[in-house]
Amino acid sequence: MALLSTERVTMRFGGLTAVSRLDVRIEKDEIVGLIGPNGAGKTTAFNVITGMNTPTEGRVLFAGEDITGMARHQIARRGIARTFQNIRLFKEMSVLENVLVGCHLRLHPNLFEATLHLPGYRRRDAEARAFAMDLLREVGLESNADELATSLPYGKQRRLEIVRALATRPSMLLLDEPAAGMNPHESLELMHFIRRIRDQFGLTILLIEHHMQVVMGVCHRIYVLEYGQTIAQGDPAAIQNDPKVIEAYLGAQ
Amino acid sequence: MKPKRTHLYSLAAAVAFAVLLGVADATLDAFSLRVLDLCAIYIVLALSLNLVNGFTGLFSLGHAGFMAVGAYTCALLTMTPEQKEMNFFLEPIAPWLAHVTIPFIPALVVAGLVAAALGFVIAAPALRLRDDYLAIATLGFAEIIRVVLTNAQSITNGALGLKGLPKFAGTWEVWGCAALSVAFMVLLTRSAYGRALKAVRDDEIAAGAMGVNVFRTKVVSFTVSSFMAGVGGALLGHLLTTIDPKMFTFMLTFNILLVVVLGGMASITGSVIASIGVTILMEALRFLDGPLDLGVFQLEARPGLRMVVFSALLMAVVLFRQRGLMGSREFSWEMLSRARLPWRKGGPAGTDGGTHGVA
Repeated sequence: MALLSTERVTMRFGGLTAVSRLDVRIEKDEIVGLIGPNGAGKTTAFNVITGMNTPTEGRVLFAGEDITGMARHQIARRGIARTFQNIRLFKEMSVLENVLVGCHLRLHPNLFEATLHLPGYRRRDAEARAFAMDLLREVGLESNADELATSLPYGKQRRLEIVRALATRPSMLLLDEPAAGMNPHESLELMHFIRRIRDQFGLTILLIEHHMQVVMGVCHRIYVLEYGQTIAQGDPAAIQNDPKVIEAYLGAQ
Repeated sequence: MKPKRTHLYSLAAAVAFAVLLGVADATLDAFSLRVLDLCAIYIVLALSLNLVNGFTGLFSLGHAGFMAVGAYTCALLTMTPEQKEMNFFLEPIAPWLAHVTIPFIPALVVAGLVAAALGFVIAAPALRLRDDYLAIATLGFAEIIRVVLTNAQSITNGALGLKGLPKFAGTWEVWGCAALSVAFMVLLTRSAYGRALKAVRDDEIAAGAMGVNVFRTKVVSFTVSSFMAGVGGALLGHLLTTIDPKMFTFMLTFNILLVVVLGGMASITGSVIASIGVTILMEALRFLDGPLDLGVFQLEARPGLRMVVFSALLMAVVLFRQRGLMGSREFSWEMLSRARLPWRKGGPAGTDGGTHGVA
């Protein structure tokens, strides 16, 4: 059974159909790419999966459960974490605090317990801090832990966003253009990084990306969207030779 | 051990402050003492508004309404049957209220709870809105509360207000509440719950994606803030010993907002300093409202002229120091040692970005 699947998901905004009858099936441990020209509906698909938008039609199933129309935090609790195309860090908080917000789910603070710093809360908070610092160390951000998140250079902010998502201990990670703004060398590093966290944390990954080098290098399977329609799917080699995909990207001959 | 020593400093500072209060309580005249007590009440109110506006990023302007509810609840619970009879001469008080009299501290708690309950009820619809829309909606709710209080003659005595409340809010009571509020806010903002509040403020969408229940977090923040506003209102009523609906107009919310903005959004230290500064300045500038002798020419009395000073102050903040006195920083002993003793080697071991407490 697929870990994540969408069944004929359609998302309309007024007269615009951003995503039409999307059928995606992602098995556990896969790295799947979602590509397509600008405005193809890739981010909308992410938003539907993570509960930012409720689909007009269709269902989203995660680990056998119907999660269509659930609130964002409920979906996060079930193990789907994501990053954002335009980085969304908590601006007025330190790097460590950003990751700690990711630990929120496991911390379960309630107002009284947290305010009074009761022993149970203190123990969980200490664990969360240790876990967050481990994660930061893992990606080489531990020396920045006390800095303001937005004072980090762009590449590190991207990495911090991924770490923050990892802090929720997800089983599925959605990456929205992780390589945006990166040079070829950084993209290569990112590919290794994605593979590494997949193995280390037992993740299933769905990613949106425009860097074809990254997509072709890291993904097992790829879905291609254009104007909300799925025009092709398959392994990287098949996608590269698919006439419809070539037409969508380069125009008809 | 470092944290132990700073705790010791805090304790010493608290004791020194308590001694100072004791001396002030014994030696100051009634007017100065009232200003001093007013400072404490403004601390409670500014912190409660800062919780919603500064820490949770909800632009709420409904504070006066919750204060009014707290003030009336507490007043009606503490007045004796005779006092109530004297006040309600136009229309008799509702019978179920006439004979209720409970001590001040429990009444204060009940006042907070009633305000919190109302805050909770209002939060559900209002918090679906955001930014200016939320501000307008909460402002509207505050006005509704005021109008209801004005017209519920048999419960609130309407526009006549309530006079001759027992003056329960002495220096110890109000400063005790202020100290509790500061301690609560420090502990809250340093905890994981405080982090969730700030996450919601900084980016609602990302906070939700991280598993924070955004709506519930907002409602809790709003409700707790209403509780504090209710307590603050009750204290105010029992300090002035008279309340009427006109006290709780938008101007009151504005005064508190002024304190929060001047002190710095999301700074407890800033709110405390600005509360004391603004309250004292409000009284010290009273001479501006009377006739002024400028030597060359005379100005006749213009009530309200002192508010111009605050407008100018606010404009200066907007122009030169947008984040207020403290921004979102907090006082800490480490900060003090960094500032005063640069020769001391081996830097302080601040771990959570200098958000150490005041009390």
